Amino acid sequence: MSRLDLSSASPLGDARFRDVATAHAPFRLGRLILWAVILLVAANFAWIVAHNENFGWPVVIAHFFDPTVISGLYVSLGLTVVAMAIGTVLGLVLAIARMSKDGLANSFASLFIWFFRGTPLLVQLIFWYNLSTLFPRLSISIPFGPTLASWDTNSVITPMTAAIVGLALNEAAYMAEIIRGGLLSVDRGQTETAEAFGMTRARALWRIIIPQAMRSIVPPTGNQLISMIKATSLVSVIAMADLLYSVQSIYNRTFEIIPMLLVAVIWYLLITSVLNVGQSYIEAYYGRSERRNRTADKPAPVGAAVQEASH
Amino acid sequence: MSAAQTLAPLVRARDVHKSFDQLEVLKGIDLDVLPGEVVVILGPSGSGKSTFLRCINHLEAINKGFIAVDGEQIGYRLRGDRLEKLSANGIARQRRKIGMVFQQFNLYPHMTVLQNIIEAPVGIHGESRQVATRNAMNLLERVGLSEKAGSYPRQLSGGQQQRVAIARALAIKPKLMLFDEPTSALDPELVGEVLATMRDLAKQGLTMIVVTHEIGFAREAADRVVFMDGGKIVEMGSPDDVIGNPQHPRTKAFLSRFL
Repeated sequence: MSRLDLSSASPLGDARFRDVATAHAPFRLGRLILWAVILLVAANFAWIVAHNENFGWPVVIAHFFDPTVISGLYVSLGLTVVAMAIGTVLGLVLAIARMSKDGLANSFASLFIWFFRGTPLLVQLIFWYNLSTLFPRLSISIPFGPTLASWDTNSVITPMTAAIVGLALNEAAYMAEIIRGGLLSVDRGQTETAEAFGMTRARALWRIIIPQAMRSIVPPTGNQLISMIKATSLVSVIAMADLLYSVQSIYNRTFEIIPMLLVAVIWYLLITSVLNVGQSYIEAYYGRSERRNRTADKPAPVGAAVQEASH
Repeated sequence: MSAAQTLAPLVRARDVHKSFDQLEVLKGIDLDVLPGEVVVILGPSGSGKSTFLRCINHLEAINKGFIAVDGEQIGYRLRGDRLEKLSANGIARQRRKIGMVFQQFNLYPHMTVLQNIIEAPVGIHGESRQVATRNAMNLLERVGLSEKAGSYPRQLSGGQQQRVAIARALAIKPKLMLFDEPTSALDPELVGEVLATMRDLAKQGLTMIVVTHEIGFAREAADRVVFMDGGKIVEMGSPDDVIGNPQHPRTKAFLSRFL
């Protein structure tokens, strides 16, 4: 090996120090072996699960699109969407009330959050479902005065309304705290600027504060949505025909408990997977102003980059 | 009698007191600002100059005295013979003729430069998007940032952000502009571009109240310099008098550090 060869491998002059642009990734044997072992174990596990007759895969496949299961799926999805929508809107109102200087709004919101976060959702659902034993009739009236309108509780509180009210009010309490956290994360100067420009509070909130708060509201809300999908399975106790209830109704007949639960599990996983994808898109949307070179700023020409590097 | 003396002051502050809990920050400020006048407020940190500026558009409520802008008492209204606090929306309405530029720029980070500028004209002042956009582009040209209309604030340098913030404040066609230490958060080499923009505005007859540490700017652009210390106005007059020939020992001591 001649000295000339070495210097030609190093255009920057010194043979011991090379241009990092020519660097290669080192070969890591350990990691390769680790990968091989893990893949082998995973494949073996998959093979065992697939060939274990107790899982009843043929039953799973046969019932996957069973009309009962599909209608249960619709109920679960519908409940999730409605309860989450009501919960989020109510949560926003509660968060704003909780942050206001008004003592009445503030203490009402605190009391609401304290109660609905502090008691089990299952108990709340059963309470709503059995509301008629506490209040046989629901009425709108002037306090201690005449009654304006009145309904039979059992005609108002069906399993559906009990489920929606129970899930939504519980969700509102959690969403209130998530949204409040998000609103607090926005720089105080932003509120001040909106005020200095003469924006009303509502407009400042809607145009300036909430869009910035979304970045920290979206991830925990995705979490809540996924919890909510699974929490809808609790409504099976009040005879609401959701996804879990519908597979239960099948296996109570056929005794194929594990395969039917697998049907439900796979559906729950499919829904949450779709939601995860949706969440990452929403996060990317609200993070768009964070990326440095998204707009017209063209990348600097190579000459400029070299100049900068040589400083 | 010159024309200036016959004009009614745009800003009138009388006996303004402000306390934060036990701490009295403003101890009786009296100041009139005439239309078209550029008033620069100097003073050491903690002298109350920023607090006074923030009282003018009611970002801070005062405890005693009054502040009026363009004939309206800020934050209050007279109902018969009773002085009542204005509602939040009433205060918002009063603020719409006052532009403000902050030390930390406070651009809306989720909006592009153009959106930042047209937000108030379109959303609050009811201008059409087209007209507001055309005005915004003119203003961006004036501050030398036409090509940045589509950028997000984070993509701009501090000096550029502050120039956008100035354009944003001008977009509402304010009768009065408040500058709260507009160059204090900038790297030294970026201060010049912001001061140059402000000097242009001063020449064009905009009424400005500027809280700053830039003595050079005060000397060149101010019609009147106010020196504050310990929550009071210690000395006030033309730049030549206050900066060139200070009378009060506190003013002398403060200015000596800049020579």
